[in-house]
Amino acid sequence: MFTACAAFVVITAGALVTSNDAGLSVPDWPTSFGYLVKVPHFVGGVRYEWSHRMVAGTLVTLTLAIAMWTLLVERRRWMRWLAVGAFCTVIVQAILGGLTVLLFQPPAVSTAHATVAQTFFCIAVAIALFTGRKWVEEQPRVEFDSRRPSLVTLTLLSIFVLYVQLVLGGMFRHHGMSWWPHVVNAVIVAFVLAWTAIRAISVYSQIEAVRRPAIVMISLLITQLCLGFTAFLTRVAWGRDAAQPELPMVASTVAHVAVGALLLATTVVLAIQVWRHVPVAFEERVPEAQQDASAA
Amino acid sequence: MNKKTGWGIWASMLALCGLLLTAACNKKENTEQSSNTMSQPAATAPAATPIDPATAATVNGTVKFDGTAAKPSKIDMSQDPACKGANEAENVVVDGGDLANVFVYVKDGLGSRTFDVPAAPVVLDQSGCKYHPHVLGVMAGQTVQIKNDDQTTHNIHPTPKDNREWNESQPPSSPAIEKNFAREEIMLPVKCNQHPWMKMYINVVKNPFYAVTDKSGKYEIKGLPPGDYTIAFVQEKLGEQDQKVTVGPKETKTVDQSFKAGGE
Repeated sequence: MFTACAAFVVITAGALVTSNDAGLSVPDWPTSFGYLVKVPHFVGGVRYEWSHRMVAGTLVTLTLAIAMWTLLVERRRWMRWLAVGAFCTVIVQAILGGLTVLLFQPPAVSTAHATVAQTFFCIAVAIALFTGRKWVEEQPRVEFDSRRPSLVTLTLLSIFVLYVQLVLGGMFRHHGMSWWPHVVNAVIVAFVLAWTAIRAISVYSQIEAVRRPAIVMISLLITQLCLGFTAFLTRVAWGRDAAQPELPMVASTVAHVAVGALLLATTVVLAIQVWRHVPVAFEERVPEAQQDASAA
Repeated sequence: MNKKTGWGIWASMLALCGLLLTAACNKKENTEQSSNTMSQPAATAPAATPIDPATAATVNGTVKFDGTAAKPSKIDMSQDPACKGANEAENVVVDGGDLANVFVYVKDGLGSRTFDVPAAPVVLDQSGCKYHPHVLGVMAGQTVQIKNDDQTTHNIHPTPKDNREWNESQPPSSPAIEKNFAREEIMLPVKCNQHPWMKMYINVVKNPFYAVTDKSGKYEIKGLPPGDYTIAFVQEKLGEQDQKVTVGPKETKTVDQSFKAGGE
């Protein structure tokens, strides 16, 4: 859980870097002005970029510790693989961060950096969930899902549209694309997530593990849409000719990124809980020919 | 019904991928570069075509701003105590209708003439956490000498379309950085990522016939061989406007230009 919180802090720090156009204020990498940890003159864009690097470095250390600890004490084999996957993801993320500096922030690389960051956050949240007492000790209450599309499909579709949204938002923020694809996809995201949340809350309200993340997801979705609208107003509509990043545009955009990360992680948690508590009814997996034969 | 829903979901996923691709094709600027040659001066430049000074002409004039200019945005320099000075943005500088910082150059009409690259560098100074000058002209291959007169570190980061991109840090009292740009490029943005309000533009041209309007909107281009030319006036926010002009031997011609407020 602590690592997940640290990942969230790193994502927020990264959003501050991008929003303040400070990504290249420290021109070298992996050193910062020639040093690994020496504190530079702490002014201007350097404050954001250097802090982001230091928090990210701490996160890499934490992830390494978790991966090693998991390999030593965890008996579930898939959990050991997940911990190793988390460590590999954070290393890929660090390399992408370096490339974004050394290649002068190409939109594709910077967007990949933003996307992998949230992927790591989701993995960290999933590890926290899987190692939590409730997950380990509880006997899950299972209700088979015979509706179509199934809730599992809806949650996976929600994750997919959120990833598309993340890529479109990243490309816009890093000047690789216009704003409109992100706004158009926001409508699709709102529709799919609302559909998923309403299904989960209305049909499976008795399963707390499903109901709670669904409620959080719909609340975050509404917050995120409001923040997106505010960020659009401050950055695109009003801030087009701003001489520098101004507080309203920085605050709204950073909040938009942070809530976006929480929304994705919550959707991943919902998908995991749905997979555990609301599996697809087995009979639906039986080929139609066999069903017909048994009916006859 | 179930199958239909499944197909619908897959179709929406494909549509989203299509949206992603369409949007990617809509990318605003192409940043692809072939970096091998861009920062290198032309290796074997042909000999300069001589110009007879006895027949050289002059083009001068004033650039005006037609309408009411928006109030310059205020800059907040509080994030660095070492930054002090004028705190207004310089994207449209108008004084009594005269427009400063317009880059004026001979865009067309010189044919295949070539020109010597001046040996003297062009100086770009960082002082009061602002660039001086805000708009600079330089010949392709000519040295740009970048100085830091501030008691704080700057990073100099040009973001060209046709030249090589670079980003270097310059601490206080450090030696000047010397760079050049190999390819012609108009309004090449330069910024400092440590002080996000610091922006300026370098204009790289292949001939020495260029000028930047001063605070009174005036410019002068000397030493032009007689001929028919296209003079371009480029402003960072208002865009480009061109004028045709014919100059005879030793003639001084006045070519005024005005930019309309709606162009902002």
